[in-house]
Amino acid sequence: MKDQLAKIRAEALAALEGVQDAAGLDGLRVKYLGKKGELTGVLKMMGKLSPEERPVMGQMANDVRAALEKALDEASQKLEAAALALRLKAEAIDVTIPGQAVAVGREHPMNIALNELKDIFTGMGFTIMDGPEVELAAYNFDRLNAGEGHPSRDWSDTFYFDQDSRVMLRSQTSPMQVRAMDTLPLPIRILAPGRVYRKDEVDATHSPMFHQVEGLVIDKGVTMADLKGALNTVAERLFGEGTKTRFRPHHFPFTEPSCEMDVQCHKCGGVGCPTCKGEGWIELLGAGMVHPRVLEMAGIDPEVYSGWAFGFGLERLALRRFKIDDMRLIFENNIRFLEQF
Amino acid sequence: MKLSRKWLGEFVAVDASDKDFAEAMTLSGSKVETTEDLGAEIQNVVVGKVLSMERHPNSDHMWICQMDVGRDEPVQIVTGAQNVKVGDLVPAALHKSLLPGGKKIEKGKLRGEASNGMLCSYLELGLDQRDFPGAYEDGIWILSDDPELAGLTVGEDIRTAVGLDGHVVEFEITPNRPDCLSVIGLAREASATFDAPLRLHAPEVKGGGDGCLAELLDVETPDPELCPRYTARMVRNVKIAPSPKWMRERLREMGVRPINNIVDITNYVMLEYGQPMHAFDYRYVKGGRIIVRRAQEGEELTTLDGNVRKLTPNMLVIADETRAVGLAGIMGGENSEIVDDTVDVVFESANFDGTCIRKTALALGMRTEASAKFEKGLDPLNTLPAVNRACELVELLGAGEVLDGVIDILNHVPQPTVLKLEPDKINALLGTGVPEEEMRRILKKLDFGVDGEHVTVPSWRGDVQRMADLAEEVARFYGYNNIPCTLQRGETTQGGYSPVQMAERRLGALCRACGYSEIITYSFISPACYDKIGWAEDEPLRNSLKILNPLGEDTSIMRTTTLPSMLDILAKNYSYRNKNARFYEIGRIYLPGGPDGLANEPRMLTLGAYGEGYGFFTMKGAVEALLRELRIADVSFLACQDDPSYHPGRCAGVYAGEKLLGVMGQVHPTVAANYGVDCELYCAELSFDALLDAQGPGAEYHPLPRFPAVNRDIAVVCKDGVTVGALEGCIRKAGGRLLREIALFDIYKGKGIPEDSKSVAFSLTLRADDRSITAGEADEEIKTVLAALEKELGAVLR
Repeated sequence: MKDQLAKIRAEALAALEGVQDAAGLDGLRVKYLGKKGELTGVLKMMGKLSPEERPVMGQMANDVRAALEKALDEASQKLEAAALALRLKAEAIDVTIPGQAVAVGREHPMNIALNELKDIFTGMGFTIMDGPEVELAAYNFDRLNAGEGHPSRDWSDTFYFDQDSRVMLRSQTSPMQVRAMDTLPLPIRILAPGRVYRKDEVDATHSPMFHQVEGLVIDKGVTMADLKGALNTVAERLFGEGTKTRFRPHHFPFTEPSCEMDVQCHKCGGVGCPTCKGEGWIELLGAGMVHPRVLEMAGIDPEVYSGWAFGFGLERLALRRFKIDDMRLIFENNIRFLEQF
Repeated sequence: MKLSRKWLGEFVAVDASDKDFAEAMTLSGSKVETTEDLGAEIQNVVVGKVLSMERHPNSDHMWICQMDVGRDEPVQIVTGAQNVKVGDLVPAALHKSLLPGGKKIEKGKLRGEASNGMLCSYLELGLDQRDFPGAYEDGIWILSDDPELAGLTVGEDIRTAVGLDGHVVEFEITPNRPDCLSVIGLAREASATFDAPLRLHAPEVKGGGDGCLAELLDVETPDPELCPRYTARMVRNVKIAPSPKWMRERLREMGVRPINNIVDITNYVMLEYGQPMHAFDYRYVKGGRIIVRRAQEGEELTTLDGNVRKLTPNMLVIADETRAVGLAGIMGGENSEIVDDTVDVVFESANFDGTCIRKTALALGMRTEASAKFEKGLDPLNTLPAVNRACELVELLGAGEVLDGVIDILNHVPQPTVLKLEPDKINALLGTGVPEEEMRRILKKLDFGVDGEHVTVPSWRGDVQRMADLAEEVARFYGYNNIPCTLQRGETTQGGYSPVQMAERRLGALCRACGYSEIITYSFISPACYDKIGWAEDEPLRNSLKILNPLGEDTSIMRTTTLPSMLDILAKNYSYRNKNARFYEIGRIYLPGGPDGLANEPRMLTLGAYGEGYGFFTMKGAVEALLRELRIADVSFLACQDDPSYHPGRCAGVYAGEKLLGVMGQVHPTVAANYGVDCELYCAELSFDALLDAQGPGAEYHPLPRFPAVNRDIAVVCKDGVTVGALEGCIRKAGGRLLREIALFDIYKGKGIPEDSKSVAFSLTLRADDRSITAGEADEEIKTVLAALEKELGAVLR
């Protein structure tokens, strides 16, 4: 009997080695472990053994059953794995075939640049402010210290709606400074982006309509050092940490002292290249301390309050940011252009 | 403003390269645009001496010259010119030399004879007759014929030899600093920038010319407010001739063409002092009287440029007893021009009202160097030194005899501005700790009078009026880049977006998610656009704000609709053969009748699209998505047949309850054709304000259903005219509380359905919140719905 068990074990294990499919496996299971299987047959003869032999043989028979069951399970797993591998192989696809197109619209490059700025400034406590584009000359000029006779008031420069030059298309976002001072409580921190209009013929760098962003801060004890600190932060946020800036004296009627801020050319690092026209610096914006006269006209005491303001052209920023070489593209809205952003 | 560095050097010694000079001046407030080395284009051209000349063996007009060019050995150069002779000094361009215009000269053979360069004319050196009036025009420039070029060394670089070695710096001068539109003004800035002493020169006039100025000339200024000061002197026995080389050279460097000694002197003084000057021929000042008066209506004057100008009483003229002889501060008259036989000259050095000059120049379209200066407001104290300088130069050049005395009418000379020096306030504004002594030093070097705490502003600095202006002066020379950078302090502010701005961003993002790209279009359009979009003549929205001075008809009115802008962009893309396009724009329209005579500027959300597979319901799906985003309730789309811009059968008004939010549909084929498009275009125009008004409350969670739903599909046959909307409305009304969803899934026409009818199929979802409903309950509900459909719309179960 002992020999029989050993033979069954050896035969069965050998047979399992050669099994090809699930049906063959089932056949072997029945053949050895089934009710009428060989092992069962051997076990049926247990009764004939002496009581001393029975536990020994029983133990041996159980061992053989366990070994066969384990081997059957392993063979079954192997077969399943092989079948799965076969199926997966059959299901293989060409992953280089393009995906199903999802039409996603693009944001206009100008507004990408604008939204970036808005996020920077709202993070610094600035409120975004909107205002009219059809504006009073009083707000666009007089209240900004650009009185009668200021050249930008000429009909050759500014669009007007009436013969008295009273109502116009704002030529800058700066009238928003006046509107902010007239309507908001102090302290003021606003950013006012929007469309502005000047009588420039359309070419690669000009458009009769373009966009500006105006910023204004008014509080007690605001200094030019604050202006520099804040605008440096903005430059770093826009062009990366460590961006170098420089401030140059300039003139605007509504700020004193006035300045322009340049950023060091990112392309050449200040050595001079075609991008910066050899200067090493690229002009970014105009700024300055709010002119005391402008504060006075808004009923704010310049002895108590001071402020700084800045403004710049958004198109120039967007053009530089995306290396667009012609402003006409901005307003042409060719889908093949827009899809690039 | 151009500046010759040689000329600058007369007033202040600055030892700096052009680049360093430009950088320092820019940082102290005089922005340099460009720097130019005038001789940079000329290289390896020297003064050569003709040692010998022989006929070219193979040519009947060429000469073979042996030239001394300052080297050990003579150099052979072949020339075709006939005006050269042995012993002449001429410009010789040697082997590997450069001439203006990028012309390269190399050695070669001319008809078999070696030529190691080229002899040059002055034209080839970039000069013209006005620069060297005596030079021979049609041949080689014989340097030794010009007495002004005496003492040249053979082999000397031609640029230094003839004065082509200038360096010119071009500045962008801001309008508040007309004083810097002069060599002296810039010299003062350079002196302060480089801490180098400013060497000014007080003109000295010998005078003594024959005659009495008071008897010869009388000046009247009947409009004193337009002429604060009028200063004049006279020169007799003038000898009109070219001015000397040094003067021509300086004028040329500053971009001014030399003409003759008298005219050149006026230009020279204008450049040096920033004070425009004018010279009249005394013969043509009738009665010896100069009257500075307003022009008469319709009065005519032929200006120096040969144009006849029609004048108005807003314009100021210089006149004699009978007629105008010049346009004050802008240009002289042809009738009193300095000509070759001019004998007696009146020099005018006046101060005119800037606004009057500006308006006149603008009205006549003739902005000149002089008017550009006057319009910014000049220093009235400058007129006398300037006229004296002119007379000094006349004497220096031997151009005439200056009469003693000056006519000087002072109508209005402003008192000097005196400010208090408040170092603490200046530092508080700048955020600096500049010592008071440093402030005083800076102001002094700019010629401010500093006495105790009083600061007297120089007459030429009309821009300095209060503490902030002094702060700028201090900051400029302390260095803007030495001001520290500090972080924002003080009361914190919240910052952020308004609800409208947030909605704008949200809806923009949704439009993009739906596949629409953002566009930006002009706010102004052509009035013809209203015809193009099919609007009736009496359409009230045609009432638009008109720009009185537009760039052109196409941009002359403010749009009251965004449709033309969108159609324009769709059409452009179509013409570029872009197959598909989907756009959105959130932009304003401009409606007359706003506050203060301004406009109402509501925002519009405009969608536009075309392309394969794009149809009404593609657009409607996007609009529905937008409405859903804003949680707008009670939305309906009602057929709209009377919008002239849209297809009468494919257009819908979009409503929230009774409120119209906008319109959408297929653009009328005629309108599309007006834009040159022959495919279907779709647009939606939604009022941004109406959308925001209709916005529903914020999201709130509803428990997810815990009990299963029962779905029932029904198909009903009804007449073609019955809309899906009507069927849905009827089902919703008839359905009880169990009816939760109605979804259209099929519309069928054809076999088995009467000709004038259609079959419409819906899937209805029924559900209770507190239990599973039974089939019986569902059947009951459906029965009610079907009954209502039949009764109200004649729709019967198929």
